[in-house]
Amino acid sequence: MSLVRAKALEKTYIAGEITVRAIRGVDFVVERASFVSFVGPSGSGKSTLLNMIGCLDFPTGGFLEVAGQDVTRLRSKESARFRGEHIGFIFQDFNLISVLTVFENVEYPLLMVQNWPKQRRQKRVRELLKSVEMADQANKYPSQISGGQKQRVAVARALVTNAELVLADEPTANLDSKTSNRIIELMKDMRDEFGTTFIFSTHDPKVMKNAETVFTLEDGRWKG
Amino acid sequence: MFSIFKFAIRNLRRYRRRTLLTSVLITLGVVAVLLFVSISGSFKAMMIGQITDSMLGHLQVHRKGYLASIDSLPLDRNMKGKQVAEVKKILEGNDAVEAYSMRIKLGAMFSNFSETTSIRLNAVNPKQEMQTVPRLIDRIIDGKKEGLLEKGEILVPELIAKGMKIKIGDTVVLVATNKDGSVNGQPFVVRGILEGISGPGGRDGLIHLDDAMTLLRIEDKEISEISIRLKGMGLMNEAFDQLEDRLGSIKDKNGKPLFEVHTWEKLSPFFNIAEMIDLMTFFIKIMLVAIVLVSIMNVMIMAVYERINEIGTMAAIGTVPGKILSLFVMEGFLLGVFGTLIGIVISLIIIAGMNTARISFNFGRQEGLLLAPTIALNDVVTVSGIVITIAVLASLQPAWKAARMDPITALRHV
Repeated sequence: MSLVRAKALEKTYIAGEITVRAIRGVDFVVERASFVSFVGPSGSGKSTLLNMIGCLDFPTGGFLEVAGQDVTRLRSKESARFRGEHIGFIFQDFNLISVLTVFENVEYPLLMVQNWPKQRRQKRVRELLKSVEMADQANKYPSQISGGQKQRVAVARALVTNAELVLADEPTANLDSKTSNRIIELMKDMRDEFGTTFIFSTHDPKVMKNAETVFTLEDGRWKG
Repeated sequence: MFSIFKFAIRNLRRYRRRTLLTSVLITLGVVAVLLFVSISGSFKAMMIGQITDSMLGHLQVHRKGYLASIDSLPLDRNMKGKQVAEVKKILEGNDAVEAYSMRIKLGAMFSNFSETTSIRLNAVNPKQEMQTVPRLIDRIIDGKKEGLLEKGEILVPELIAKGMKIKIGDTVVLVATNKDGSVNGQPFVVRGILEGISGPGGRDGLIHLDDAMTLLRIEDKEISEISIRLKGMGLMNEAFDQLEDRLGSIKDKNGKPLFEVHTWEKLSPFFNIAEMIDLMTFFIKIMLVAIVLVSIMNVMIMAVYERINEIGTMAAIGTVPGKILSLFVMEGFLLGVFGTLIGIVISLIIIAGMNTARISFNFGRQEGLLLAPTIALNDVVTVSGIVITIAVLASLQPAWKAARMDPITALRHV
């Protein structure tokens, strides 16, 4: 059963007299609980595609459905709610909130986005931190842990809301190869444990080979 | 709400130095305003209290036109016996009136047998006068205070006493011309020396009402002014309206109003000073608003600019714009609250210190006035309200900007 469906998806940026067609009519389907990678050179449209799937950006043409919802024309508030309910994000620079502890960073979406009650929320955060092997670092601040540990926290934060889909934009770009492999393994384990769909963009060949499905983009179109 | 509060506190602690500096600025502004309000307010209250409680009363009733020519103390514009009775009846029927005092104001020649000078006098019924202006007793700087004065006695203004070397127990003579033009003289014993204060009547001497009637050969009862003490200063405007309404309806045979009523504000030039103090307080408050507005806005603009990437992350995770807005507004609110609370505490300490130190000052010819600053809860609440409201308003624009930020652009920001 598909989680993401796109048909003739287009994204064109207009800046003054310059028009850039970032995505040029791509079709694709991502099945639930799959482990998908978008690859391609810089400027090929990977991030644009991820942003559209993540409802951070909107197509200028075609059709896009995520988790059974047509997300082509969502308003700002609706898209924020949709992201909060269905999508988790993992960023290249980890993007943890520096004033919150590891525990609070993972707790953030449950508290500030989904308003879970305290006991249930804290139980869920402890479970996730245990899953990503960060339970013993729960009270530390992001500045007190390593890059790999930060990305583990980011994975926990992306999964804590039971998101059906996790989007990871170059999740290993700022990590060494050993840590990168661990993060990819962790994401796979999470997919197996929670049935979450992972879509990530990457340049890293080692990461690409771990993906079950690879979509290669070039100049906003599928290659091959 | 608690999570936003906690998050805002953490963010304020993240930039401790900046938070501290902004809070200090707000604190200084609050301290400046509260101290100004306290000192000027106390000065104003003291002066008004002195004017109303030792000289003018809260309200005064005269025969129409008397006040316009008060400098010449015209005896032909006194209220006659029947008119006085009418006013008395109205005053006694008014619940706001606590006491009233009938006065004859007159000018006379004052002689100590070696020198002569002119003197302005208030002739009063001592009992009525003490009930109406109870702090008049405090102005007796030398001589017996109890009972104010008896028939045949005079309280001499300080300036004349000094200039003519008058002592307690001296015999002096007052010579006055009555409204018919006949001159009469009468001896008086100096009972006390009366301190002068600012404002009309502040340097007048005092004699008994009965003595004035003898001196001026008034057979029927005649009164120049009726000074009224109300049960509270807060009742003044309402009582004024009622009395003006009642007394204004009494007309002479030409159909013109017979009486005029005035508040102390109309009678004393100090009211203009009091109004200037209020105006200065208003401008000081505007300066406080400007300080809070600029400092909070500056801090919040910086906070938003420095946390663009974090805002992008929060938005991407699914935080709705309203919550992002609330977070930044809460930070501004807390800055305002911190600054205000510290400012209030410091102000109260300084005010308590000033009261303990018993600072005195001179105002015009009045020396050794004791500065006793107090601050009303109402003023503290008003200043706090202004600061916190402005802090919230100042953080609204940056917070709005943060809430409306495009997540992709924000996430790309380094």
